[in-house]
Amino acid sequence: MTELTNPILLMVILINYFTLGSARLGACIRVVALQGALLALLPLATHGLTGHSLMLAGGTLALKGILIPWLLLRAIREVRIRREIEPLVGYVPTLILGALTTAGSFIFADFLPLFGHHSGGLHVPTALATMLAGFLLLITRRKAITQVLGYLMLENGIFIFGVLLSEAMPLMVEAGVLLDLLVAIFVMGIVLNRINREFSTINTERLSALKE
Amino acid sequence: MTGTLALSIILHLSILLLIAPLLQGIITKTKALFAGRRGAPLLQTYFDLARLFRKGFVFSRTTTWVFLAGPVIGLAIPLLASLFIPFCGLAAPLSFEGDMILFVYLFALSRFFTAVAALDTGSSFEGMGAVREVTFSCLAEPTMLFSLLVLARLSDGMALNTLLGSYLATAWHSDASAALCLVVISLFVVLLVENSRIPFDDPNTHLELTMIHEVMVLDHSGPALGMILYGAAMKLVVLGALVVSLVLPWQTGWWLTDALLFIAGLAGISVIIGIIESTMARLRLPRIPQVLIGTSILSIFALVLVLR
Repeated sequence: MTELTNPILLMVILINYFTLGSARLGACIRVVALQGALLALLPLATHGLTGHSLMLAGGTLALKGILIPWLLLRAIREVRIRREIEPLVGYVPTLILGALTTAGSFIFADFLPLFGHHSGGLHVPTALATMLAGFLLLITRRKAITQVLGYLMLENGIFIFGVLLSEAMPLMVEAGVLLDLLVAIFVMGIVLNRINREFSTINTERLSALKE
Repeated sequence: MTGTLALSIILHLSILLLIAPLLQGIITKTKALFAGRRGAPLLQTYFDLARLFRKGFVFSRTTTWVFLAGPVIGLAIPLLASLFIPFCGLAAPLSFEGDMILFVYLFALSRFFTAVAALDTGSSFEGMGAVREVTFSCLAEPTMLFSLLVLARLSDGMALNTLLGSYLATAWHSDASAALCLVVISLFVVLLVENSRIPFDDPNTHLELTMIHEVMVLDHSGPALGMILYGAAMKLVVLGALVVSLVLPWQTGWWLTDALLFIAGLAGISVIIGIIESTMARLRLPRIPQVLIGTSILSIFALVLVLR
């Protein structure tokens, strides 16, 4: 099945780079939605057409590919922001950091004691790279909405790991993971609105400044 | 032995000299079709070059020999570089281990002389163009080198002749196909940057403030300008040949069909360039380094993929 999963996972990594390097929030949300949709194909490509993987794929597509991006797009429409203005670390340095972490996760994945049929594929390095890219996005951006995106990418990385284990992992656990995320997005959405109403901006750094 | 070598060199160069201006014609024709015009005839570049070479030289009194060295080297370098790549179904006449590095830096040499010739005029605009050109090309250089390293790893050779050899046809069907895709994209971006085509530079612009490559050749005229234009056309063919032999590695066994396939590939690349120029706007100047670093990262990623 590697001939199907490899292109999917490569696209996932390229989307990581795009989100790290792009300033447009709308485009970032759309490509993360695309990433979610690609991840929906992953259980089918890895385990074939079984009931379990079909349900996983359907749930992933509905949540990661459609619902959450739709919520986020609505959020940026309401708070009227288009671009990340000035990230804490510039786009080019984040891109380079992203490339370094990707290379690092490829090297690290080779040292992990994996099962024989897991070790050759791209699953583990891609999962690590996506998680690290999500971390980078969380660390380097000021806008709450990009941080939500980083959180989403982090979750996508965990999901890629989960796909490898989905035969051992009961469906309820996975549903729980997805539900957690949905709740997190809701909370973030409410927080976003609050920050926006309070400070008329959604830069999170204002939150750390003390009021008199 | 020397006889066949001389013959293959002459064949290589004459093919290059003959088809180079045609590609420029195809690009302008595609752009004209997109704009709904009839456009200049396909052979217009040949007529332009003939007209320029019939004129006389005009030199400013402030310039020195460097001013003429720019165009001359700009014409000689693509001819020399073409001898190292397999071309039109023919193997490269000159080949040694590691010639891919020479290939990259031959173009750097020609760029150095173009920039120096621009500085020699003493015009501040030309200096600005030279600065931009050198900045962008030094960002495009890692992309090119990393892409060639990927190919070197896949082919176990360091000569361009093996790098672009017949192993590619099987490599496209193996695990390496993803890395090859990334390499093709990276090399195509390098092709656009090196030939100062649209998302990076506008070859038709007439504003000195926005020009990059064109501003450096503003003061050249007559045969010198002709040499620059001819050199640029051949540079497009040489770098295009790199991409074409990656994308169409199949050998039919007949020289004539191979050659036709190659020329069709080059024409395809010109059409793609024409389409890009008609549908895309030029990138803002600060965006260009970002895009170039992005493609370097793509090529590094391709290298990571083939190294594991």
